Amino acid sequence: MIQIEHLSKTFGAITAVEDVSLSVAEGQICILLGPSGCGKTTTLKMINRLIAPTSGTIRIAGRDTAELDSVTLKRSIGYVIQQVGLFPNMTVEDNICVVPNLLGWDKTKSRKRAAELLEVVALDPAMFLQRYPCELSGGQQQRVGVARALAADPPVMLMDEPFGAIDPINREVIQDEFMRIQRQVGKTVLFVSHDIDEAMKMADCVALFHDGRIEQFGTPDDLLAQPASEFVASFMGGDRVMKRLRLMRSVDVASQVPPRQGGSPAQLVVKPGDDLRQVLSQLLGCGQDWALCNDSEGRFVGYVHQADILARLADHTTPRVH
Amino acid sequence: MPEFISRLSVGLERYWGDISYLSVQHLQIVAISAVLALLVALPLGVWMSRAASQRHAMACMQFLNVGQAIPKLALLALAMSFVGVGSGAAIFALWVATLLPVAVNTCEGLRAVPRHLIEAAEAMGMTPAQVLWKVEIPNAMNVIFAGIRTALAINVGTAPLAFLVGGGGLGELIFTGIDLNDFDMMLAGAVSTALLAIAVDLACGLVQNLSVSRGLRLAGRV
Repeated sequence: MIQIEHLSKTFGAITAVEDVSLSVAEGQICILLGPSGCGKTTTLKMINRLIAPTSGTIRIAGRDTAELDSVTLKRSIGYVIQQVGLFPNMTVEDNICVVPNLLGWDKTKSRKRAAELLEVVALDPAMFLQRYPCELSGGQQQRVGVARALAADPPVMLMDEPFGAIDPINREVIQDEFMRIQRQVGKTVLFVSHDIDEAMKMADCVALFHDGRIEQFGTPDDLLAQPASEFVASFMGGDRVMKRLRLMRSVDVASQVPPRQGGSPAQLVVKPGDDLRQVLSQLLGCGQDWALCNDSEGRFVGYVHQADILARLADHTTPRVH
Repeated sequence: MPEFISRLSVGLERYWGDISYLSVQHLQIVAISAVLALLVALPLGVWMSRAASQRHAMACMQFLNVGQAIPKLALLALAMSFVGVGSGAAIFALWVATLLPVAVNTCEGLRAVPRHLIEAAEAMGMTPAQVLWKVEIPNAMNVIFAGIRTALAINVGTAPLAFLVGGGGLGELIFTGIDLNDFDMMLAGAVSTALLAIAVDLACGLVQNLSVSRGLRLAGRV
């Protein structure tokens, strides 16, 4: 859906982005991850040409964006920023209708769309359509921000640290909420973040930036299991094995092999959706080496053995660091 | 104090015909000079706030500051020597005096619109003109109006000096009253001028309330 080839940006003598290439398939979330000043935001802004690239090509759905008029291009891409950027002089409804109005949609159609989108982001239209941004909490504002970006149903969404200004508890909530919306709308999303946990949780693929270049591009598990350089390894952190466990669910390792005879009786029951870090932590906590995995109705799914969890990690245990 | 009130009522009663006639004249001078000043100062403020005109904007601001620094009375005298005696000189001098607050506040108000709002507007595909009209100006409205109200207060308050260059207005009562040592006449002119200034400011406040978005007024209250 999005193909970026040899993209570079220089500001005077400073190279902000150097020879970046990556491609994102339709419906995937790609997270541009890295410390501040690494060029990830510049890369994002070159996609809707808020910043003009110095060299390189960007294709969206096979079309070179350089051939498109800059205003048309921007109207066809959803954009969400950390400061939300809702216009304080407009109601929630008018904010959501900005792009439809620019595109010349019929009034009734764009109003209906605004109400629909508030439902999607789990805000009651009757209550919120006529409110002003200053009457909303930070989390509610960002939901409206997402609704506004979705208004004209763009296939591609760019998000610049959208949840960075929200407190940790609400951030988790809104991340889950966004994942639910994404399952519903299936957009191709490019998402800038410096929060590694957020990236591991949400991304289908991750591009880790360092000094304007991509250090490594791959799935979250690739980056955790096989960091391509010292920088990647240190950025992903010393606990990256534990982070990998968070990416796996107990159903992934549940087996039909029963625990050996004469062992202790089952003390621990886990759900198929529980992540393995949680399961392993519980196993270590009660000194067991296996747990029962039952679904929400209590039906038996399999046994989760500690040995199987460790074997899973062994897939990639030799890091590629030299 | 009771003497003040009794003399004021005497003055108002005796000169009521003059007051009503001169107030209209006074307001005409104010209105013409203010409208002309707004027509120039608002676009000028917008132009000065654009990033592309930063260099020239500084020079322009200095020029306006000089206009503001010259005492109003001197400005009137200068205007009279160029335009000649009459209301033309008064209107020109008041026009110069009104320019700066409006232009500066328009410029500063627009510059103070948060950068991320403008970026969001651009990113959604607004053209520069749309960003200006739909986002920048509505969000700078309070600051722009503060400038207009300051300018109008200066304008109404300075307008009595118009009498000195033959421009008419309520200054006629004030200065004639001083010259003739007629306290009642002077008081009638001075109090009317003050009331007129308050009325103009209230009217302007009303317009401000109507034209500033409710969202911004609510935000200001928090």
